[in-house]
Amino acid sequence: MTETYQDLELQLLLEAVKTRYGYEFTHYARASMMRRIRKHMRAAKTDRISDLIPLFIHDETAFAHFVKDMSVTVTEMFRDPDFFQALRKNIIPLLKTFPFIKIWHAGCATGQEAYSMAILLDEENLLDRCQIYATDFNENSLKIARSGIYPDSELSLYEGNYSKSGGYSSLEKYCSRGYDSIKFNGRLLEHITFANHNLVSDGVFGEMNLVLCRNVLIYFNSELQDRVLKLLIDSLRSRGILCLGRRENIQFSQSSEQLETIDRHQRIFRKKV
Amino acid sequence: MSDTAASSVERIVVVGASAGGFSALQTIFSQLGSEFNFPILVCKHLGIGDEKGLVNVLAKRTGTTVLLSQDKLPMHNGCIYLAPGNYHLQVESRNTLSLSIDDRVCHSRPAIDVLFESAADAFGENVTAIVLTGANSDGAAGVRAVKEAGGKVVVQSPGSAEVKAMPKAAIKTGCADAILDLAGIADYLKQQ
Ligand SMILES: C[S@@+](CC[C@H](N)C(=O)[O-])C[C@H]1O[C@@H](n2cnc3c(N)ncnc32)[C@H](O)[C@@H]1O
Repeated sequence: MTETYQDLELQLLLEAVKTRYGYEFTHYARASMMRRIRKHMRAAKTDRISDLIPLFIHDETAFAHFVKDMSVTVTEMFRDPDFFQALRKNIIPLLKTFPFIKIWHAGCATGQEAYSMAILLDEENLLDRCQIYATDFNENSLKIARSGIYPDSELSLYEGNYSKSGGYSSLEKYCSRGYDSIKFNGRLLEHITFANHNLVSDGVFGEMNLVLCRNVLIYFNSELQDRVLKLLIDSLRSRGILCLGRRENIQFSQSSEQLETIDRHQRIFRKKV
Repeated sequence: MSDTAASSVERIVVVGASAGGFSALQTIFSQLGSEFNFPILVCKHLGIGDEKGLVNVLAKRTGTTVLLSQDKLPMHNGCIYLAPGNYHLQVESRNTLSLSIDDRVCHSRPAIDVLFESAADAFGENVTAIVLTGANSDGAAGVRAVKEAGGKVVVQSPGSAEVKAMPKAAIKTGCADAILDLAGIADYLKQQ
């Protein structure tokens, strides 16, 4: 029965990857991870998870593909417009009371979320007082994020989200078009720092007024979710704001008592004093 | 009696539906009522915002708990869990669900294949997969995974389906244990 040994094989594979490359996937959520592993087994035409061990150890390119696969980069500008509307209405007024505002987007993927935030802040006349730190562990995504260039075919989706989120004018005001691409204005980027940060192995980031970590925790198991949630909370100043993804929860986590709920539907929380 | 069972999930039923699925699900679940003692996980292709209607309708038809799935939600026997729009629903372990926003499968997120494959992985032979009406081939790969793991596969008969492509694709895999109309599927579930 191959099935019986599946857990053992998985554990050995992840140990091998950790020892050989320093990448720690041991506490990633199992179901998503198994999808990726199965995909690699199909590509390598192998029947067993353990067959991937020699492949990943000896073939750096094969392993690089795996890392890329493990980092799901699906994102959009103003993804979940209701959420951005709630930010605009209820959180921005809180932020306005500070002379300087630090915001951390943890797991920013290709950066659309950070640009969305910069635009929102600009419209609220707050951008000049803000510094956005946008981090991810996928260097390739960060490269795209820094370029601020996205396919022009996405623009109508982005415009739709933006207007549903309560945007004041048009995204075109913030980007230039050409070569089937859109490129966001350098002025937005002046307030964003894109940096490499691994939520599993790197530490606290600073004293933030606002931390967003949307659709990242879903890729971790409960134990790792707990650990990362603690890291996010530790990065917040007292009464700082934490935003999670639309279907993510804190209720199953031990750190939840350090947070109070501001908006249950939009998953907006505040760090208690 | 069902309370003691609630702590341990022994087997699950996973259901996939697309175009025409709203009314197909209503028909099955109104005949099934609350007469089942396992979790039922439903992946219906839908847009964000359409979920609430389906949750309410299914709750009314069955008189049991119907929940829109969240990440790491614990599963209980006798409850129905619906995949939310724009997220894949997965069986994370014998007790929990999880979500992901991986790429679309067969142009769909949530995708039936993702649900079925993860169910096969976590529950092996203790999965029953049901494919209903729909216009694409989502579910075919999932049905294969369920069958390979020793589970059962039930497909809505194409003749009774509002849109036949999805049941046909599932049947074409050769993995179907039963091909039934909606009333037949409800009966099948009652006997589980
Ligand atoms: C689905 S995207 C979410 C993007 C964006 N926050 C959103 O909701 O649209 C998940 C991101 O989490 C990142 N990620 C996964 N594991 C990580 C880790 N250990 N440290 C930092 N980022 C990680 C992935 O690289 C990916 O870019």
